[in-house]
Parts: sequence; C-alpha cells; structure tokens
Amino acid sequence: MSVPPARPTLYKNARLLDPASGLDTSGGLIVRDGRIAAIGPHVFVDAIQDDVEVIDCGGRCLAPGLVDMRVQVREPGDEHMETLASVQAAAVAGGVTTIATLPNTNPIIDDVSLLEFVERRALEVGLVNVHPYAAATKGLQGHEMTEMGLLAESGAVGFTDGERAIADALVMRRVLAYSVQFDRPIIQHPEDPTLAREGCANEGETATRLGLAGIPACAEVMMIERDLRLVALTGGRYHAAHVSTAAAIDAIRQAKARGLPVSCDTAPPYFALNEQAIVGYRTFARLSPPLRSEDDRRAVVAGLADGTIDVIASDHAPLDQDSKRVPFAQALPGAVGLETLLAISLELVHTEAMSLLDVIARLTNGPARILGLPYGTLAVGGEADLVMFDLNRAGRVDPSRFSSKSRNSPFDGRPIQGRIWRTVHAGRLVFDAEAEHTERSAREATAGA
Amino acid sequence: MDSTILPEHSTGPTPGFAGRFPYRHLLGIEGLARPDIDLLLDRAEDFVEQNRQADKKVSALRGRTLINLFFENSTRTRTSFELAGKRLGGDVINMSVDTSSIKKGETLIDTAMTLNAMHPDALVVRHPESGAVQLLAEKVNCAVINAGDGSHEHPTQALLDALTIRRRLGTLEGLEVAICGDVAHSRVARSNIHLLSIMGARVRLIAPSTLLPAGIERLGVEVHHDMRRGLDGCDIVMMLRLQTERMKGSFVPSVREYFRYYGLNQEKLRAAKPDALIMHPGPMNRGVEIDSLVADDIDRSLIREQVEMGVAVRMAVLQILVEAQVEPWARNQ
Repeated sequence: MSVPPARPTLYKNARLLDPASGLDTSGGLIVRDGRIAAIGPHVFVDAIQDDVEVIDCGGRCLAPGLVDMRVQVREPGDEHMETLASVQAAAVAGGVTTIATLPNTNPIIDDVSLLEFVERRALEVGLVNVHPYAAATKGLQGHEMTEMGLLAESGAVGFTDGERAIADALVMRRVLAYSVQFDRPIIQHPEDPTLAREGCANEGETATRLGLAGIPACAEVMMIERDLRLVALTGGRYHAAHVSTAAAIDAIRQAKARGLPVSCDTAPPYFALNEQAIVGYRTFARLSPPLRSEDDRRAVVAGLADGTIDVIASDHAPLDQDSKRVPFAQALPGAVGLETLLAISLELVHTEAMSLLDVIARLTNGPARILGLPYGTLAVGGEADLVMFDLNRAGRVDPSRFSSKSRNSPFDGRPIQGRIWRTVHAGRLVFDAEAEHTERSAREATAGA
Repeated sequence: MDSTILPEHSTGPTPGFAGRFPYRHLLGIEGLARPDIDLLLDRAEDFVEQNRQADKKVSALRGRTLINLFFENSTRTRTSFELAGKRLGGDVINMSVDTSSIKKGETLIDTAMTLNAMHPDALVVRHPESGAVQLLAEKVNCAVINAGDGSHEHPTQALLDALTIRRRLGTLEGLEVAICGDVAHSRVARSNIHLLSIMGARVRLIAPSTLLPAGIERLGVEVHHDMRRGLDGCDIVMMLRLQTERMKGSFVPSVREYFRYYGLNQEKLRAAKPDALIMHPGPMNRGVEIDSLVADDIDRSLIREQVEMGVAVRMAVLQILVEAQVEPWARNQ
C-alpha cells in the first residue's frame, strides 16, 4: 500500500466538488496521514501551520478520485495488451483512483486463488484501489455458479460474466437469488446472444450501406426486461452494464419507479458517438454493444441527466493491432477508455446537458454506492483519493501518449475541453500532468539529439 | 487522413479536371457522381467494338502489372478481369488465396504489404468480408479495384449492368428496375441500387423480409414482398443469385417454396412490361430463382450480353485507373 507523506498537505484555491454532499464551492482541503482532515471554503484561513505543504490549485476543480466500475485487464493471459501495472498507470492518468476489474482474463477469475492473485498483483503496484469482480458462472460458460460466498469474502465486489450475457434464464434466476445473502450486485452484459450472434454493427441503414450484419437494438431491452422479471422474483441486486438504447433506458427507468433494486451504467462512446463512427470500417469503433443510432445516443444523454443511468464507466477494453487491423467483422469489439473517461464525460457539461456536479456524481459516488465501497466522496475522515483538473483547458485526444499498453481509442484526434492536472491516491501524488509533460519533453529532446 | 474519406462524403469530380476520373481506386459505386459513371461507360463502349474484332489487343497498359487477388472463388469475374488486362497489353498475374488456410494474424495487411513491394500498377481484389478491399487499398500505392467485398459492393458488376441496359435502351433515366432475391447478402444489389439511383432510374426490391437488410428503404428504393406487384409495369428485372445454404431453413424454408414465391417464370413475368428485359449476374441457379425458359429467351434475356459487357467495362476501369495513378488530381475514393 502507498506510504502517506509525513507532512499534511493543503490544497488551496480549488473549486471543491463533492456530489455526495452537494458541495460545489471555492475553498481548500487538508490531507493528513492519507485521509481528508478538513474541507471547506474557509479551510485556507484557519489551518495554515508551518509544517503544512501548500499546493495552490489555481482555481482548478478538485473532486473525489474517479471510480471506474468496468475495466478489463489482460493480466493474467494477454499481458502484451495490458497488465495490472499498466492499467493503473492509465487509470491515474485519467484521474481514476478506484477500478473494478472484469473476470474475463485467461485464466478466468472464477476461483478464490485467482481472485487473490489479482488482488496481490494489484497491491504490488498500489497506484489505485483495484477491486475485482468474480465470474458469476464457472469459466463464464453460463451453466454452473461460482463459489459466490467464498469469492465475496475474498473481496469480489460483484459477479459478472464479463462481455458475455448470462443468457440461461434459470441460471440467472439462481445467480440473482443466491447473491442476495452476500449483498453483491450481479452485473449483466445485456444482450440477447442469439439475436446478436451474426452481427457486428447496429442494425439499420448504416450497417446496410456497409454490408455488415446487424444487431437489432431490441437485443438489449429483451435481455433487460427478462432480467427485471427475475429481479422481481428473487430480490437480487441487478446492474445492467453499458446500456446503449432508448428502450433499455425506459425499461430501467420504469423498474426503478417500481422500486426494484436495479442500476445501470453507460460508457462515453454511447453518449459521445453514434453508429456513424464506424463508417469507413473503423474497427476502433467496433464495440459491444455496437454504437447505436443518434436517437439512442440522445436517450443515453437524457438517461444520464435524469439519473436513470447511475454511472459512467470507461468499459476499458485494451486490444492489440492484430485484433483491430482486420476486416470489420473479424475485429474484436472494444475500446480503451480510462484516459478519456473524464474528458469525454465533461462534454456533457460543456454542451449543457448536465451540471458538473451531476457528471462527477456518475463518475464517483454513483459507482461507489453500487459496489458498496467507501470511496467517491470528499467526506472528512475518508481516504484522500482526489482528482484535480482544468475544466476548460482545450486539447486533443492523442493515443500515442496513453499510459495504457493499447491504443484502440475511437476518440483518436477528438478535440476535448478539460484536462487532468493531478491525481492523488491515499494522500500520495500518483499523477502530475506537468511532470509528465516535462519528462516527455526531455525524452523527446534526447531522442531528437 | 485522406485515405479514410468515404465514398459517402466525396463530392464528385475535382473542379478544374472535368472529364477526368477523380479517384485512385474503384472501391464502390456509392459516392460516385453521374459524370464519373458516364466517363467509365463511354470508355467501355469503345472497347465493346474492339472486342468484337479479330485482333482484340491494344498496348494501352503495356509494361504494366495487374494482380488479380481473390480471397474467394470466382472463375467468371477473375477470368473477365484477366482477359481485360491482357487485351490492354498488361501483364496479369492471378493469385487465389484460400482464406481458410490463412492463420488469423497473418492477414490481409501482410498480403497487401508483400504485393505492394512488387510494384503492381493495379490490384483487383475480391474478399468475403465487407470493407476488406478498402482496408487493403489504404496500405498500397497502386490502384485498387473492388471485385466484390462481402455484402458491400461489386462496382464493376453494376457498371456492366448499366452498360448492357444503356446499349439496349439508350438510357437509364426514368427506367423502372426491379431487383429480386437475396438483397441482404448481395453486393451486386447494393452497387446496382446506388448506380441506378445516381443515373435516374427507379429501383424496387422484391424479396421475403428475411432476405432484406434493415433500413434498405432509406436508400431510396421501393420494397415489395409480392413478386407480381413488384414487377408490375417494370422495364428491367434483375435477378439475384440465392446461395443454396441459405435455403435450408435459415432464411427461407426450402428451394421449392422460394421458387414458388420468388422464382422468375413466364407467368410472373407477365406483370412486367411486355418487352421487359431480364438480367442475372450469374452463375444462375436454374429452377431456384429463374426458370430456364425465361433465362434462355433470346428476345428478353440480356444474360449473355452482360458477360460480354463485363470485359469491356473492366478494360475501361483498368485503363482509366492506371492512367490516373500518374495524374495529380487522383484522390483516394
């Protein structure tokens, strides 16, 4: 675990953003022994002592470190795409201080010893909190339940079959029912696998013009509506991952109104892009679920704004060139997202679709609440996980500068507004954009000489 | 990057070079403008006459190398391109790549790089995946001609169909054309829909719903499930090939049921104009999508003429694109 700095630190002159308490004000924050010791508009006046390190935030935003509840890591198995070390470097570069990792590695995380391997390897790096999900069914085969109790005791924050739907209704029923006593969410990849079997793009005019087999939008809501019936039957906690269609969001909105224990997330591509992004057979925009129509994209924005969608997750899926530099239908679906998560989410603020505090909520205390983790707030006494960012600084997405081992971003070259300045985990500075910049300039100067 | 600009966004010929074909490649019909198509057809017209003479060879592409790269079996299209290249005086090499024998990873791009290093002047490519030809075109320096990619496009087929119609009826403008059969999996259908629409013809599609792709009506076509109604008053009937593996219950229940509702016979043809013409891209499944009596009707069937026009159109495309390689106005399509 990270060693907290000896001296307390005062972050002054910041725009403090804490969605859990509704705080959005200018002020300062003191970190002592890796925890938040004080926060508020007047902290800078009464807390100055000689032995305090003072950091002037220059009016930048200071928010809880982001909690990303959907991250794929390729360790164990495909370490050339992403390791438990590189994924943490990517996380802190994106202002993320907590990640929940999917079990779809090789081998699959469906056993206590494998889960503990992930936790141990993650701790050796210690840049962010890493909380693994465990597989809901053995080998992600969708047939037999894993040892959910033992896995939960060992730290599994939820159960999921990753990029596969738990398709068998009886299996899903039992998984939901059995999970109740351990109070862990079941995270579903909501897509009817038989309807989606032959497809690689959203069904409709765009796929038809390109000659690509389509996946109908209703493949998503069909699975969600079935699952909602099973939630009503069992009382299990259900979370639908990366919702992408208007119909699915409506179904969840209604389920929430009925009081069912359901939640959902979406990922930046689903509110920032539509199916047009695949035109030209751009395999970096091949995702699962596929990018949808403009109407669906607008529905995702509306769902985020009204709170139907609780969480924005990166759905980080690192993939190598061999998986993407092939004809579209042969390409593996997925995109890296940790390092663009905040910048793309801030588009919702700049387009005035949502308030800044609401967007931060979807990235912090929203996911922390679903996973039952004590992060995502600036509450006094809590772990000092912080992100500081320039809300308005303009730039451009440049995958060649990613810390992730993979570069498969559908946002390559996209103009963005908003940039991470610093990331702090447990009181320790784990990312500093200015230092990165200096280092890179030095490297480039050396390379050029 | 220029190479990622799509046909959809192209704006027709580059100003100042009227009468020139403005692209480096022929990847599809979508995005071409009417003058581009006229240019190709006019040039092909010249070759039709030449191909009927005893000495069919010219030296337009002497010293140039053309590679036919086929990732999918096709005797007819490959032969047509081969003949076209040879009649233009070029050196033609055929490469058949059995996709099932390629390991995943040793892919299309590797093949493209290897061939590119041999400095060909044109690559004619057929591939079972939509978009594969464009991917390859982004990696090579020569002209690339799409000879069919997945369910996406087969531009030279649409051009040869257009030339066949134009020679028989004078124009495509205002014609009613029915395209009938497996539209969902057909690159021929897509290329023809684009080309006929650009040239001012009206297109109706006739197929069961399982063989129509979603949103196809957004391409400006009329959709029919009843063949007689779809054929009513049309000038041209284009039949599409239905692959037999799709007729065993997955898309339609059986061959005999398909022929009953969507096979072209003399009785159904009566709904069309009395002098309506019949086309088929070949190879035909007689008794599946077309009755032999109709296919062999010399007054109405254009099927043999289509094959003849195929060579002329491919000569035109090859010559124009290879010429354009040295011209400054040629853009990536």
